[in-house]
Amino acid sequence: MTAHYKIFGLLGIVCLLMGAAHPVQRENNDLNSPAKAPTRQLEAGIKQNLSEYAFFTGSLAELQAAPNVFPYEVNAPLFSDYAEKARFIFLPAGTKMTYRANASFDYPEGAVIIKNFFYWNNAARPELGRRIIETRLLLKDAKGWKALEYVWNTEQTDAILEVAGGATPVSWQMANGKQQRIDYTIPNLNQCKGCHSYDGKFTPIGTTTKQLNMDLPGGENQLLLFQKQGVLDLPEGFDPAQAAHLADYRKPGNTDAAARAYLDSNCAHCHNPNGPASTSGMFLGVEENNPEHLGIHKPPVAAGRGSGNRKFGIVPGKPAESILLFRMEENDPGIRMPEIGRQLMHEEGVTLIKNWIREMK
Amino acid sequence: MKYLLLFFGLICWKCDPLVAQAALEKQIQTQLILAEDGDVIDLPAGTIELSNTLSLDAKRDITIRGAGQDKTILTFKNQTQGAEGIKITNAQNIVLEHFTVEDSKGDLIKTQSVNGLVFRNITARWTGKPKASNGAYALYPVQCQTVRIERCTAIGASDAGIYVGQSDSVWVTECVAKNNVAGIEIENTTNAWVWKNQAFDNTGGILVFDLPDLLKKRGGHVKVYDNLIGRNNYKNFAPKGNIVGQVPPGTGVMILATNDVEIYQNKIWENKTASTAIMSYFITENPIKDKEYNPYPSNIYIHDNIYSEGKRMPTWKNKMGFIFWWKFGKKVPHILYDGIQNPDWVDSNGQLKAAYRICVRQNENGTFANLRADKLGLFKGKISKNIGPYDCAL
Repeated sequence: MTAHYKIFGLLGIVCLLMGAAHPVQRENNDLNSPAKAPTRQLEAGIKQNLSEYAFFTGSLAELQAAPNVFPYEVNAPLFSDYAEKARFIFLPAGTKMTYRANASFDYPEGAVIIKNFFYWNNAARPELGRRIIETRLLLKDAKGWKALEYVWNTEQTDAILEVAGGATPVSWQMANGKQQRIDYTIPNLNQCKGCHSYDGKFTPIGTTTKQLNMDLPGGENQLLLFQKQGVLDLPEGFDPAQAAHLADYRKPGNTDAAARAYLDSNCAHCHNPNGPASTSGMFLGVEENNPEHLGIHKPPVAAGRGSGNRKFGIVPGKPAESILLFRMEENDPGIRMPEIGRQLMHEEGVTLIKNWIREMK
Repeated sequence: MKYLLLFFGLICWKCDPLVAQAALEKQIQTQLILAEDGDVIDLPAGTIELSNTLSLDAKRDITIRGAGQDKTILTFKNQTQGAEGIKITNAQNIVLEHFTVEDSKGDLIKTQSVNGLVFRNITARWTGKPKASNGAYALYPVQCQTVRIERCTAIGASDAGIYVGQSDSVWVTECVAKNNVAGIEIENTTNAWVWKNQAFDNTGGILVFDLPDLLKKRGGHVKVYDNLIGRNNYKNFAPKGNIVGQVPPGTGVMILATNDVEIYQNKIWENKTASTAIMSYFITENPIKDKEYNPYPSNIYIHDNIYSEGKRMPTWKNKMGFIFWWKFGKKVPHILYDGIQNPDWVDSNGQLKAAYRICVRQNENGTFANLRADKLGLFKGKISKNIGPYDCAL
C-alpha cells in the first residue's frame, strides 16, 4: 500500500507539473489548480517536530521519559480501534498538578499531556515490536488548552506536526490471532475538540481522580506515587479507597461497575450536560443516576437513522431493542458511536454492554 | 520523451482528480483550522468530493462562501469519516452562503453553540429518492442564539429539512423544504419567526414541537405566517424511534406540546390527513419521566389562514391518520385539537383559563374539531365540532 501511495504521489506531482497542458485541467481550472499553501501559520512556540520538545531521552521511539515527564495509566481507557497508548505528563520544573476530586486536575502553564498511539506488530507478542502512529499533545498556556497532532514517519525517528489530519494504512495481528488492517484516521485539530470540550472550552479528559486512582503493577497507588514524586498535593488524609474510581472494564468483575466505567470513558466526554452531546439529553457519566438520562426508556432526540428503528436508548433486558448497543455495533460514520475515533467495532466493549443491558431489570 | 509524457498524461487523466480532490479537502480544512477573526473562506466553483466532516470551531466573524448554489457543490457521497457534512461549534458571527452541500452520512450542516449565525442561499440535499438511510437533518442549528436562515433549500432529510433545536431568536424565511419527513421543524426553541417559506411534498410541512428530557426545557413564542404549506402527503420515511416517525403523511402544520404559537395568513392546501394539528405529547404514547416537562399545548392562536376545499382522505399508514379516518372518513376537518387538557389549567366550566387558551378564528374554509381525547388515546374521545369555546383571539 505504501508503494502504491508513492506511485500515486509521484504521478500526482507529475500531473501537477503537466497541469497547464492538460485538457481536463483547463476545463476544471478552479478545482484542479494546485492547492494553495495556507498562508496562516500556527503560533510561535509550536514545534514542527515532536523531537524538538525533548520529552523523551535516547531513541525517540523508545519513549523513555525525560526528567519532568511522568508516565501515567488510566483505569478505563477509551477504545481507539485497538491502538495501544503510552501516556505522559510533562510539568515545567518545580510545578505541580492541582488535585480535583471530581474533575480533571488543574495544570500549571507550560504543562503538556502527551499521548502516543501505537500498534504492536503482534498484540500477543509485544517483543516483536510496535509501530507508533501518532502523538497527541495537549498544551496548557496562558489562554488555556491547545491540541497538537504529530504523525510519526515510517522510519520511526520522529513525528511531524499535522494540522488537517488524514489517514494512514495500518495492519497488525490482534491478540486473538486475527490479522487486522484499517485506514487509521488521524484527527484534525478541530476534531480533537469534538471530544475535549467542556462548556465549549478545551479540556483534558483522562487525568481525573476516577481515572488515575489505581494501583500500579508494583502495587503502589498512582496518585500516591505522584505525591511522592512531588508533582501532586493530595488533600489531607487522602484515602484511595474512598476516592472516586472507575473499574478496569477489561478485567473480570462486577458487570454494572465495568459497564458504567466503559460508558464513562467512551461516551461521557461528550454525553454529559456540559459536553458536545448535551443536545441529546443522554448523559453517560458514572455519576449519572437519573435512569432517563442514562437512556432507559428514553426516545432519541435527533438520532435520525442512528435509531436503527429501535425506540429507546436502553430497553432493560433487551439489548437487541436498545439504540445504545446498535450504535456501538455499527461502523457507518452516520450511525456509529463514538462519532469519531473508531472505525472498528469494539467486540469486548459490545459484549460488556450487551450483558449489562441483558442483566438490567 | 514525448511518448512518456503522453503515457503519464493518460494515467493522470484517470488519477489526477482524486489526488486534486484530496489536496483540496485538506486545503479547505486547514484554512478552517487556521482561520483568523474576520476571514472569508472562499470555496471554489466545481464539485468538491469530501471524505470527512469539514469543521470550524471557536472562531469569530467567519464567512464561508461558495461561488453560487449551482456552482459550488460539496458532495459527501463517499464520506468515510465524521457524522456530519459541515460542523460548526462554539463560534460567533458565522455566515454560510452560496453553496450546495449534499449526501452526507449524517446531518448535512450542524451548528452547535453558535451565537450569530446566517445560512444564506444554501442548498442542502440528499440526492435520489428520499429514503430512511438519508441523514436526519439538512440544516441543523442546535443550542444557537440569533439564527437567520434565508433563501435556503432543504431536500430529502429523513427527519427534518430545516431543523432548529434548543435555540433562541430564529428567523427562517424564503426557504424551500421538500421531500423531507418534516419540512421545517422548530423544537424547544424560543422566539422563532417562520415566514414566506414553501413547505411542500414533505410528510409534514411545518412542525413546532417541545420534547422532554432536553436541557432547554421549553420553547415558545413562535410565529408561523405567510407560508405556502401544500401537498405534504409524502410517505413517512423516518427511521423508527424518531419522534417525526409518528407524524402522519398529509400533515400541514403540527404544534406539539408547546406554548405561545401563532399560525396565521398561511396558505395550507391539499394536506390530506391533518392540515393543522394541535396536540399534546400524550399522542406519541411515549412515557414521560421528565418532571419539568409540560406535555400540553397552550396559548395557541390559529387565524386568517386559507385552507383548500380539496379531498382530505387521511392516511391509513399511521395510527393517528387511521384514527382520523375512523372518526371522520374522507372529510377530516382542517384544524384538529386533541383536547387533552392539563387539569390545573381549566376553570369550573371545563374550559381552559385565559392564560392557556387555544384560539381558532377567521380561517378561510377552515373546519375545526376537538377530538376530546384523554391520555388513554385518541380512539376514546367523543368528537366535538363546536368551535364556540375556541373562537377567540390572543
